[in-house]
Amino acid sequence: MNHSDVWILAEQEDGKILRISHELITRGLLLSQKRGCKLCAMVFGSNINESDLQDMVDRGVDRVVAVEAPGLSNFLVEPYSACMQDILSKYSPEIILGGATSTGRTLLPYVAMSAYTGLTADCTGLDIEDGTNNLLQTRPAIGGNIMATIKTPDFRPQMATVRPRSTKPAPVLQKGRKGKIVRLKPDSKLLNSRILRTGFIPNEEEQSLHEAEIVVVAGRGIKKTENVQLIRDLANALGGTLAATRDVVDRGWLSYPHQVGLSGKTISPKLYVGVGVSGAIQHLAGMQTSETIIAINSDPEAQIFKVADFGIVGDLFEVVPALTKRIKDGKFNDVKISK
Amino acid sequence: MRIIVPIKQVPETKSVKMDEKTGTVIREGVESIINPLDLYAIEIAVQLKESNGGEVIALSMGPPKAVEALREAIAMGVDSAVLVSDRAFAGSDTWATSYVLAEAVRKIGQYDLIICGERATDGDTGQVGPEMASYLKMPVVSYVNKVVKVANGKIVTHRLVEEGSEILESEMPCLLTVVKEVSDPRLPTLRGKQKARKADIPVFGLKDLDLDPKKIGLAGSPTKVVKIFKPKVARECEKIVARDEEKIKEAVGKLEGFLKKKEIL
Ligand SMILES: Cc1cc2nc3c(=O)[nH]c(=O)nc-3n(C[C@H](O)[C@H](O)[C@H](O)COP(=O)(O)OP(=O)(O)OC[C@H]3O[C@@H](n4cnc5c(N)ncnc54)[C@H](O)[C@@H]3O)c2cc1C
Ligand SMILES: Nc1ncnc2c1ncn2[C@@H]1O[C@H](COP(=O)(O)O)[C@@H](O)[C@H]1O
Repeated sequence: MNHSDVWILAEQEDGKILRISHELITRGLLLSQKRGCKLCAMVFGSNINESDLQDMVDRGVDRVVAVEAPGLSNFLVEPYSACMQDILSKYSPEIILGGATSTGRTLLPYVAMSAYTGLTADCTGLDIEDGTNNLLQTRPAIGGNIMATIKTPDFRPQMATVRPRSTKPAPVLQKGRKGKIVRLKPDSKLLNSRILRTGFIPNEEEQSLHEAEIVVVAGRGIKKTENVQLIRDLANALGGTLAATRDVVDRGWLSYPHQVGLSGKTISPKLYVGVGVSGAIQHLAGMQTSETIIAINSDPEAQIFKVADFGIVGDLFEVVPALTKRIKDGKFNDVKISK
Repeated sequence: MRIIVPIKQVPETKSVKMDEKTGTVIREGVESIINPLDLYAIEIAVQLKESNGGEVIALSMGPPKAVEALREAIAMGVDSAVLVSDRAFAGSDTWATSYVLAEAVRKIGQYDLIICGERATDGDTGQVGPEMASYLKMPVVSYVNKVVKVANGKIVTHRLVEEGSEILESEMPCLLTVVKEVSDPRLPTLRGKQKARKADIPVFGLKDLDLDPKKIGLAGSPTKVVKIFKPKVARECEKIVARDEEKIKEAVGKLEGFLKKKEIL
């Protein structure tokens, strides 16, 4: 069979297209232009906003296929994978990119297995190989200690997931750009699910860590639970999200969803600030791809400085309040100037 | 209730070294451990057995040495173990690994649950769980952070996603991949260790499983590693020592300037 075009797996929530989709467009455009083919997007949901679908076209997608049914409003692995395989057989994509999200990291392996094809997780770099036109997929391995470049020479589609926030969302190229939007109603037999979603418990306080552009991490250096507030104040001043090392979570100072690292979340924000964080390899595994890294630690030999762009060697109980105040005052001044 | 727990033996992350010349990972002399995230899978499986009755079987694919990981699992309360090992399996990517493990699961026979770790610390893909489930045509619940209950052939779990936790009810048999929050792994007991030492652990090789030899090992793997290299972590750290009030003021000012330059503030 002839496989063609680069496809992305767009994601939606309550009918709205999520940011990861726009990041995937950035990745996809790079490949489709090099490959000289179309960029297409598939999305599963129910009652997806027409304007959001057109918006993907405006950002550079040539064809959007929206598969819609009430049973697809939330991710369920069986109906999603059945519908995705339906797209595979209808359109034979050459490349499929998905987000390394809870959905992408579950759906894509499920589909790759039944399609008997390769899938590379958590890619940080994607390119087309000159000559062979194979997709070159680069990803960190062994806790970020090494990078590996991987390809899928003999199987199609070539599938990869990329980390959220590892690329900028694609900008709008042209409002009302020409493209094809197809809305499909899946055959009801594709919608069978042995899993039932009976409820949802939203995250309590903090904004989702994966999505955050600025993350401030509290390490054991904060000494006790009362001092979390100090770090929270800094996070608030920066407009960032609070997170923690495992030692802080194990002590119950912050809950597990805050944990960054090998046994917690992998994040790649624009700005990472580590306060009283030593920078153990297991912690670095979850944050060293951050764009900018700042560390505040009293120990000049702390590992964290090895991966940092800017470091302050000092007592966090003195440095952090001074920093928070400075940022707040700065913001206050900016407001005054702009008025 | 019959529960199968696939566990992987991985190198201790701290001690991983690279041969800079050849670009390969040096595995000799590196200490091996059970993939840390699989400990949570073992623990929740043992707890489910304790409350519902039944048995837990640990399953690992790897070199003969991986039997150590299986013995450790037995010491933690797992009832029995199976090692899947054959030179022909070497170099398998996640597709081929999942294929072999899934066929081993078939050979083990009837089961209600398969519980995997969320991901292995060496491969770090988190794909083997969902891929096994797909091959075995069973539902998968990934990122499980809580098992609420097991009743009437169904299992209720919480699944950790970006915005919170989903409450999902799945028919069994089903496959779970679990995150750390799901359980608090116990330490092996002395009795467990004795049992582990004596345990008879069967080894399944290529000839014992119903496998297409073209779909396994390096040759059968859809993905190929082209090259490995050391990441550029060489960040230029501007480090300022700030031990007194004056210095702190200066450092904080410089940091503010740095953030402005990066267009963060
Ligand atoms: C299998 C496994 C998985 C793991 N997974 C994770 C994971 O997912 N995430 C994770 O974070 N860790 C993980 N760890 C744990 C990891 O090895 C470290 O123990 C942990 O990251 C250390 O946390 P920390 O930096 O907060 O604490 P510490 O290592 O204790 O560091 C505290 C730092 O604070 C500094 N400090 C102290 N007082 C002050 C002060 N007044 N002002 C400024 N600085 C101060 C100290 O100099 C020190 O560097 C894992 C470990 C294992 C074995
Ligand atoms: N070789 C293996 N043997 C047994 N289980 C494995 C193996 N590889 C992966 N697994 C299981 O699959 C999970 C995810 O692994 P991975 O996809 O490699 O990140 C692990 O936590 C294990 O539960």
